[in-house]
Amino acid sequence: MPWIILIIVLAVLVLWYVSAYNGLIKTRTYVQESWSQIDVQLKRRNDLIPNLVSTTKGYANYERGTLKKVVELRNQLTAIPADDHQQTMEVSNQLSTTLRSLFALSENYPDLKANTQFKELMEELTNTENKIAYSRQLYNSSVASLTVKIQSFPSNIVAKIHHFQENEYLQVPEEEKTTPKVNFDDFNQSDK
Amino acid sequence: MLYDQIAMNKRRTGYVMFGFGLLVLLIGAALGYLFWNNWQSGAVIALVVALVYMLIMISQSTNVVMSMNHAREITDVSQAPQLWHLIEDMALVGKVPMPRVFIIEDPSPNAFATGNSPEKSAVAVTTGILQRLNREELEGVIGHEISHVRNYDIRLQTIALALSAAIGMLVNFASNWLWWGGGRRRDDDRDSAGNAIALVISIVLIILAPLAASIAQMALSRNREYLADASSVELTRNPQGLISALRKIDDSEPMEAADPNSSALYIGDPFKNKHRLGDLFATHPPIADRIARLEKM
Repeated sequence: MPWIILIIVLAVLVLWYVSAYNGLIKTRTYVQESWSQIDVQLKRRNDLIPNLVSTTKGYANYERGTLKKVVELRNQLTAIPADDHQQTMEVSNQLSTTLRSLFALSENYPDLKANTQFKELMEELTNTENKIAYSRQLYNSSVASLTVKIQSFPSNIVAKIHHFQENEYLQVPEEEKTTPKVNFDDFNQSDK
Repeated sequence: MLYDQIAMNKRRTGYVMFGFGLLVLLIGAALGYLFWNNWQSGAVIALVVALVYMLIMISQSTNVVMSMNHAREITDVSQAPQLWHLIEDMALVGKVPMPRVFIIEDPSPNAFATGNSPEKSAVAVTTGILQRLNREELEGVIGHEISHVRNYDIRLQTIALALSAAIGMLVNFASNWLWWGGGRRRDDDRDSAGNAIALVISIVLIILAPLAASIAQMALSRNREYLADASSVELTRNPQGLISALRKIDDSEPMEAADPNSSALYIGDPFKNKHRLGDLFATHPPIADRIARLEKM
């Protein structure tokens, strides 16, 4: 009889261990997946920037300085090693800000704004910028759930044995930090 | 919060199905009693017919709803890049698969979502909304629609619509039969009794039909519009976009292409029925109210 109890206890422990381990692996995969989503968008943007240069070529005076800075930042971005997420995002944020000011300045160029190719390009770049922001939101939320699992008992034991590492959150650029607090209390009233 | 909403929606779907099942049984029993003097077989036949009809409706619901609202599907990003990109964004951040995308040719700005599940969902917008709203505003609207998808609001709506269509069909069928069949019974023994019953039943059926519709509308509760607004802001983190979108939707002419039965699906009341029997039967909460709640965020 004691043997049976021992076996049952052992079996439960093993099952728990396996499921805790699998849970950690799954969450870590989410983090990696959401990073690769960001990466895809960064590459897309890098590919779009040469188009931006060639499209605006005909408009001789179009914000030379800003455009040059965009190209420089883009080249800088491609030179950063792939696993340095913080550095990548830092340069990417600078590039986002510069691109945004470039778009704002395009208001002064009615000819350029009317150009369909430029319009399409603007849409593509805006889309990429938004997708970067949303993927970063997803990345940070999956990093948060991995951190909870690594730190909380008892899954922290399994995390320690298998050397799971906490990931750093990605910095959100200053101008995007003013996120509204969503308050559901007002919305949770029954129908009248 | 979201999970509470999903659980509540699944429970409500159960209640709605149960309520409609009872209604179908009642109608069937009444018909059976009237025509064959046997209410059991009437109830069973009605239930089977309604079930089959409902299943067909549900499996086809997206296509049916879209064609009733004169929407055409777009299948490639190049046909409406901005719309497509925004739906992609909101599906990404809301963690649901990309819905099918439809456009309704109508100058009035409006939008809705439908489908059976987040995996089989669709979003439709009018050409008016594409013309009048800027990117930020449209993002708020798409966030609202994706929230309906994520909350399983769309499943509850689809089932309620299919059920009321099934009831409508039964009632239609029954009243036709009563009309034509009533004559044949003139020479019958229980002539007067039969006519009296026929009269009562047709009155009951006439009462039941709009009742079915209003149950469907109750299921599509107004509260979920507030909730979808809040969830939209949770996705976009930009209440201003949705606020000014709602203002533009409020400040516009009624739609022409919209189907009256699906008016509760739209983000704003497509027919602009401001004071139809007061607020009790309104399918949408007043837009001013929704804006006030968003402004508090």
